[in-house]
Amino acid sequence: MKHIINCLVENQPGVLARIVGLISGRGYNIETLNVGPTADPTVSKMTIVVPGDSHVIEQVTRQLAKQINVIEVVDMTNRRHINRELILVRVATKSYANRAEIVDLAALFTARVVAVQEDSVMIQMAGNQETVADFLHLLKPYEIVDISRSGVIAVDRELVDSTPKNA
Amino acid sequence: MKDKSATEKATNTAQPLKTGAQCVIDGLVQEGCEVLFGYPGGAVLDIFNCLYDAPFQFVLSRHEQGAVHMADGYARATGKPGCCLVTSGPGATNTVTGLATAYMDGIPLVCICGQVALNMIGNDAFQEADVMGITRPVTKHNFLVRDADELPGIIAQAFYIATTGKPGPVVIDLPKNVQKQKTAVLPPTQVAMRAYHPDIAVDSAAVAKLADLINRAERPLLYAGGGAVSGNASEVLTSLAHKANIPVCTTLMAMGVFSEDDPLALRMVGMHGSVAANYAIDHCDLLISVGARFDDRVTGKISAFASRATIVHIDIDRSAIGKSVRSDLGIEGYAKPVLEAVLPLVKQATHNEWIEQVNLWKARFPFVYPEQSDVIMPQYVIEQIHAVSKGQAVITTDVGQHQMWSTQYFRYTHPRNFISSGGLGTMGFGLPACIGAQFGRKDELVVCITGDGGVQMNFQELVVAVEHRLPIVVVIINNGYLGMVRQWQELFYGKRYSGVMLSQHKRAPNEHIDEAPVYLPDFVKMAEAHGACARRVAKPEEVAPALKEAFESRKTWVIECIVSPEANVFPMIPPGAHVAEMINRTV
Repeated sequence: MKHIINCLVENQPGVLARIVGLISGRGYNIETLNVGPTADPTVSKMTIVVPGDSHVIEQVTRQLAKQINVIEVVDMTNRRHINRELILVRVATKSYANRAEIVDLAALFTARVVAVQEDSVMIQMAGNQETVADFLHLLKPYEIVDISRSGVIAVDRELVDSTPKNA
Repeated sequence: MKDKSATEKATNTAQPLKTGAQCVIDGLVQEGCEVLFGYPGGAVLDIFNCLYDAPFQFVLSRHEQGAVHMADGYARATGKPGCCLVTSGPGATNTVTGLATAYMDGIPLVCICGQVALNMIGNDAFQEADVMGITRPVTKHNFLVRDADELPGIIAQAFYIATTGKPGPVVIDLPKNVQKQKTAVLPPTQVAMRAYHPDIAVDSAAVAKLADLINRAERPLLYAGGGAVSGNASEVLTSLAHKANIPVCTTLMAMGVFSEDDPLALRMVGMHGSVAANYAIDHCDLLISVGARFDDRVTGKISAFASRATIVHIDIDRSAIGKSVRSDLGIEGYAKPVLEAVLPLVKQATHNEWIEQVNLWKARFPFVYPEQSDVIMPQYVIEQIHAVSKGQAVITTDVGQHQMWSTQYFRYTHPRNFISSGGLGTMGFGLPACIGAQFGRKDELVVCITGDGGVQMNFQELVVAVEHRLPIVVVIINNGYLGMVRQWQELFYGKRYSGVMLSQHKRAPNEHIDEAPVYLPDFVKMAEAHGACARRVAKPEEVAPALKEAFESRKTWVIECIVSPEANVFPMIPPGAHVAEMINRTV
């Protein structure tokens, strides 16, 4: 099962390497990873999507939590949360009809065409994990020339007390 | 994390400027460093220049690995953090095994590594290595110092991190230009870290639950690990055991935390532990782990481990709770305050039936070995070390058969008297750790029990013992084999002895060397060449007199005991097996 792990860390060099090393050192492949500063510029938030069984992921989150620069670790997977990913995907267009189909499909997902060339269109699409997966599935019959994904970000649906334990 | 305002403040009060190198020395003094182990090099010349005037002792090892093991042995023997200082590149990479050893066993160390100047990092400069990258997985934390203003704070944080929570090694990677750079920043009087909060309040609800479990248990068992030692919980553990009449077994890391002379002591648990300890784990209805981590050498087959028991796990490291074995009640906290909170809530009890059963196992299955009159049995050597020292010795070991025999045939009555690489199983640990332990406990007898394999991994450090007039006694149990590997090959690989022969005798065809001397080295000559007293003994009756002479001489001694070559360590629970599959040989 895929897990979405949010990690609040001190914004310092080496912290990312420590987190990534801890996960990859156990032979788990990080599917997506997103890092950015929070409202407090000395704190960064990482969102890590990693497949693994729950027991192992719990172990990983506890190991992450005990790192010296890690402020808080939350496995978002089983919490009420909102997740989003942004993708930029370039699809080959072989004819006008072909392009029309693709643009039509994009519209169904409220995705936007952000660049057009004679033989391709670039689509910007954002959605939760399932929607992005569905969209990419439907694009399969067409030729995806290039794709960039931002990685999943996730937030709790409700405001929750995020004071780290033992603080 | 440069604190600009603090820097400016310090500058305004016109503190005299000092170099980063001087900050290192001052920081070590402030942290109470008594002895610094290390090895110089180009990237730490500035620190060594300041070290010349330092108020604490510097001990030059002969290899950086030796320096870290010495600091480690010192830390294990005293409970204080060990300190070491090495140069960049190869100096730093040579520390990795030592750091990993300390990390696995939760030993507080601070290791300062020189680094090339900041502007050279990443340029493949001379003696450059990515020390932050290399040491990250084997340290509790590591720091790269970018500015001398950060250094006093980082040193204080390094010691704070190393010694609190679950202790561990911390590396400070210190570029050469930062050592030269001047700063007015003073060491902080207090360390406060944003994301690291090792002070954990005792969870009184969990403690009440534990007391209730103990009061209702019919067959309770205490299982103490390294956390009981590092958490100084020996006394309260003993009080708890006595009050509720609970037998106690310990891990390799906790030998002596509960006196093995106590009638409630079941001694070591696990693969080569006592039959009584392993049977007790299998039959208990309440297993209370105090700072132990359910290592695979203890649990064997996890699904069958303590299958009749409610399992309580007390640990300062939350990630250790429930890691490998299910835990019915996890209590996050230091061993001592948790047990102190439990103690008054626990009712006096006798558990007569259970104690009777446990005593029956102890009586029926003592550690035994086949005695011989013409050849020294390795177990006999350990028994004699115990007898001649009257059990009053600090023992350090390498790894393998002699290590296990050292747990079985010496009885430990105090914590910190058995010093051994438990988690990582590092050969070459024993001799340098023995030196470090003797520096920490100058007036006590410190004995290194080692093998002919392990001792060769860091033999060069013997010089350090001799030049500092350390009265350590190194006892080499020489069976001509890498004994534990040979034992596994005998039991599980059809006696195909591959790569384990230290003599030329009966080697596998692809290891055969024409016209090579049958056995090398001559340990007596080797020891004497290093300036130590040395003797080889080959007959059982020679063992005790040799030990007596060495123990009484207060000089550095090496005693080589030629022992029965194919003795095995029993009992043995095969890896991943249940206690029922225990292999035991009775005489």
